[in-house]
Amino acid sequence: MSTKDKPFGVLAEFDNPADLMDAAAAVNKAGYKHFDTYSPFPIHGMDDAMGLKPSRLGWIVLAHGIIGLLGGIALQVWSMDLAYPHIISGKPNLNFPAFVPVAFALVILLSAFGAFFGLFKMNRLPKLHNPLFNSDRITKATDDGFFICIEAADPIFSEKQVTAFLKEIGATHTETIPE
Amino acid sequence: MSQNTETVPDNRLVKGDHDFASITKLISDIPQERTPLWWYIAFGVSNIVLAVMIAMVVWLVWEGIGVWGLNNPVGWGWDITNFVWWVGIGHAGTLISAILFLFRQGWRTAINRFAEAMTIFAVMCAGLFPAIHVGRLWTIYWIFPLPNSMQLWPNFNSPLLWDVFAVFTYLVVSTLFWYVGLVPDLATMRDKVKGRISKLVYGTFALGWTGGNRQWQHYEKAYMILAGLATPLVLSVHTIVSFDFAVSIIPGWHTTIFPPYFVAGAVFSGFAMVLSLMIITRKLYGLEDIMTVDHIEKMNIIILVTGNMVGFAYVMEFFIAWYGGVEYEKFAFINRAFGPYAWAYWIMVTCNVVAPQFFWVKKFRRSIALTFALSIVINIGMWFERFVITVTSLAQDFLPSSWGYFSPTYVDVLTYVGTFGLFFTCFLLFLRFLPMVAIAEVKGVMPQADPAYYRSQNGNTKSTDDS
Repeated sequence: MSTKDKPFGVLAEFDNPADLMDAAAAVNKAGYKHFDTYSPFPIHGMDDAMGLKPSRLGWIVLAHGIIGLLGGIALQVWSMDLAYPHIISGKPNLNFPAFVPVAFALVILLSAFGAFFGLFKMNRLPKLHNPLFNSDRITKATDDGFFICIEAADPIFSEKQVTAFLKEIGATHTETIPE
Repeated sequence: MSQNTETVPDNRLVKGDHDFASITKLISDIPQERTPLWWYIAFGVSNIVLAVMIAMVVWLVWEGIGVWGLNNPVGWGWDITNFVWWVGIGHAGTLISAILFLFRQGWRTAINRFAEAMTIFAVMCAGLFPAIHVGRLWTIYWIFPLPNSMQLWPNFNSPLLWDVFAVFTYLVVSTLFWYVGLVPDLATMRDKVKGRISKLVYGTFALGWTGGNRQWQHYEKAYMILAGLATPLVLSVHTIVSFDFAVSIIPGWHTTIFPPYFVAGAVFSGFAMVLSLMIITRKLYGLEDIMTVDHIEKMNIIILVTGNMVGFAYVMEFFIAWYGGVEYEKFAFINRAFGPYAWAYWIMVTCNVVAPQFFWVKKFRRSIALTFALSIVINIGMWFERFVITVTSLAQDFLPSSWGYFSPTYVDVLTYVGTFGLFFTCFLLFLRFLPMVAIAEVKGVMPQADPAYYRSQNGNTKSTDDS
């Protein structure tokens, strides 16, 4: 493995979800911050093992939902009562019960946009280049591989120490990923 | 502690001796294999049928709505019947992907991708009908609240406009939900395919997904939120579809039972459609280990439940018509069952109420041939339900002097048949190019995915027998 000047990180493979979870807890306990675990499916309990804070995505969705609600009401009030007040089959212009379905649909629509775009925003996707893919093994993470990568961006990163540490906590294979 | 109870374990969701790699291989090999001959034949036929639909739509737009069998007094015929039918079919996909997710039903993972694809294509077919039934297709944008030179805005008091918003939102949210679920599997495809171009295409749509837990964390949250949003949405969409009828004052339409009754009917027909498609697909692609007979049985139970809800609604409609004491309402229902459309009514009752009763018997629930046959019968029955509701109430309404009888023209029939071409063209493309089972989710429900599985092996065999 060619490590020219600065590596991206050290990648370690583990046998199964249980080993990965124990390793993640150990890495977290050792004080590393810039690391991630890679698995073909979400592993229940991994967030706690890694010491991650709960996802804030819900707040983004809530904000979008509120915009949808206010926007939906504003659209209907404005177009039915202000822009083009027109009596159709004797119904009132400001007919709030009738505004519920459209306002509801817009709450759902905007919230879904919030969840969708918020998800990719928070995951920093789409991403054109990720040094992680310099490793050949990482493709197993979408199949049946379980990995931890401690990144060089971590303040207490040192290639040798990290490699030794990961081996010590049960990695079956380690490699240094070039930037 | 004395223990008098015993845990009865549910059947394993994935049959056979599979590990993670073999699941990946089973699903991701399908788009990489040589295209089977049957696919070309099916795709060719679908394309021809799609061409027929396009020809019929062009003819309709060119010549006008008169080429359909619509006339006074029946101004809504097959167009709205087909619309409601296709939207209803779509609802099963959302039910499987969203509602069963919220209820933590692990078995949904085998069929959700598949059913969601069906939802999207069914809603596309459904959306066609309201769009073309306006006649002047080139002014269809008037239904959206867009600023325009006439200073006109749509009428938000109208259920038809609510429907525009509901169905549009439904199509968008279903597509987003589907795509979010697809991203990890597209990444799997990206890492598995050999060709440069296919790697590029799958890689582009996978957006750089790595499978990192920091991504999964937000992903799981987003998935749950989308499921939570799709659940009230799917219930509201068919509720609003039923408002198209229920908010009017036509006898037979103006009933408060419509929203729940329509939603139950939608789930009923949708599950039947999922079964029809799934029984063929699992055979053709050898996915019997993932889409097992247990899945079929569970779906048949849902069909039985919703079928009986629909049957109950039929009875209740009659009861309320009698109990309400409105002459027109009473007539509308007696006319439905014994009037000129009695044939359609009794087809509906036979297919929707009688047919699902087979599923009380476990042997029948687990019979693949019978399930397939009944799933077709149920879809025919549900089409007739919408036809009966739409047409009988219009053909004989308040004034006997204006009564009529609706007959479809060849354009009506071929447009409806043609939407199957649209549906199957899309569906076959989906089967060919995308992972048709949610690979990551199936792995997630396997026992090996749970860290506790490995820990319990070191001592106790299973966690259930600690007395």
